[in-house]
Amino acid sequence: MTRFVMVIDTRTCIGCGDCVVACKTENKVPDGLNRDWIVEATRGTYPDLKTEFRSERCNHCSNATCVTLCPTGASHHWNDSNIVLVEPEKCTGCKACIAACPYDARLVMHPDGYVDKCTFCHHRVARGLDPACVSSCPTGCMHFGSLDDPHSEVNHLLKTRDYKVLKPETGNDPNVYYLI
Amino acid sequence: MSEELLVTARDNALIDPSLHIWTWEVAMYLFMGGLTAGIMFFAALMTVRDKEHIAPFAATRLALLAPIALSIGMTTLFLDLEHKLFVYRFYTSFQITSPMSWGAWILIVVYPISVLQILSTFRSGYPFFASFVDKLKPARLLMDWCERNRVTIAYAVIPFAVALGIYTGILLSAFGARPFWNSGVLGLLFLVSGLSTAAALVVLIARQKTEKELFTGLDFVLILSEIALIALVIISLASGSGQHIDALQIIMGGPYTFQFWVMFFCIGLVIPMLLEILEMAGISKSLAMLAPVLVLVGGYALRQVVLDAGQESTWTHYETQYSPELLQRLPGKD
Repeated sequence: MTRFVMVIDTRTCIGCGDCVVACKTENKVPDGLNRDWIVEATRGTYPDLKTEFRSERCNHCSNATCVTLCPTGASHHWNDSNIVLVEPEKCTGCKACIAACPYDARLVMHPDGYVDKCTFCHHRVARGLDPACVSSCPTGCMHFGSLDDPHSEVNHLLKTRDYKVLKPETGNDPNVYYLI
Repeated sequence: MSEELLVTARDNALIDPSLHIWTWEVAMYLFMGGLTAGIMFFAALMTVRDKEHIAPFAATRLALLAPIALSIGMTTLFLDLEHKLFVYRFYTSFQITSPMSWGAWILIVVYPISVLQILSTFRSGYPFFASFVDKLKPARLLMDWCERNRVTIAYAVIPFAVALGIYTGILLSAFGARPFWNSGVLGLLFLVSGLSTAAALVVLIARQKTEKELFTGLDFVLILSEIALIALVIISLASGSGQHIDALQIIMGGPYTFQFWVMFFCIGLVIPMLLEILEMAGISKSLAMLAPVLVLVGGYALRQVVLDAGQESTWTHYETQYSPELLQRLPGKD
């Protein structure tokens, strides 16, 4: 399985929201729906507060429970990679995948009714481009690449920096990494 | 302080601020699925154990209610689908890891089996309608065959009825992302609840005294088992990880405490159980019809509260959520 990962540097992210706008523009996500979002996590006691910005989206889990529990095979891994996609023509809108996602990263497309989510912009990845959110980030805090390539930037970052993933205890094996 | 704020708009319908993807339609389906399982199970059991003289309604007429209940459930389930035109996709593949896929195929197998079960006792249960069926030769031959193989069909029905009853619980318990559902006992709890509601239905409809007594006794045992299973669900959540302990709080002081303990546990289990004790002891007969009605209400309440509490339980905790109402406070907005 080809493993595409996103590596986001929380030390340079300023929470501007450009990634969110880029996604909506690139993927024509309808009003009121979001495939990605930004979380501002604050810890400590005033005045000793520490803030972390995280651009969040589907984690394109290697062990994706949304794929496991989909009754029709609509949720699937793209091209033997970890990129999780939904095929609208196979989706009944039963919403099992939404309940199965511990990151609440899925949404119901309106007005159509099929389930939609971040695709890691696989249409761009297929052409060797970065996802729209990554390529539009003004601080350059977002990185995308294959973990299988030992010389990739993402591999280098994960080897040289401290990082975390969200809720690894779910067992879903998420693929969005946050440098800390 | 530890606070996680969503700083960009995220107000995805059905997902934010907390999951509410499944409402009464799914609860009704889970209830009807369990009831169907119970109906088929008891109708088969009475045939296998040769109890027709004690329980004529359950042995010969009850089975007809199975496809009716199941069809009501499947209709409400269909109403829940967001992409309705593609409902046929359930039957263009079989996903071995998805309990919902198993369920879709179990339902397809249950219908014809249910028809065979109905035909096997149709002449004794519904002689008037059976006389019409008899006018059609292939139907008459099929009915003859079913009658001859009445006991074999009943034996075949039992595993499918159990599978149907238990799958509705496994369906929910397979969602690791919703800790409240994530207990292996849930399948068994839903099965026993389904059997209990079917027993209550027999008590409600049957006319013969021996039959009412038999099913009141059966229902009493089933309610006791249900209480024991609820204790196991609570123990398994309470002794689980942080997410499970948090999930348990939803019914232990949290938003669904009243629904769980009053609507389901007291009204749907304890009160009908006490009424059944009084009835079996011959003390009170005046409230005889109330117990089965409460059991049926409790059966639905169990599905609804488990469905709601499960969607409330989550791995993702944002302290503050985006609220569209905030936009109204912007300057220039009246």
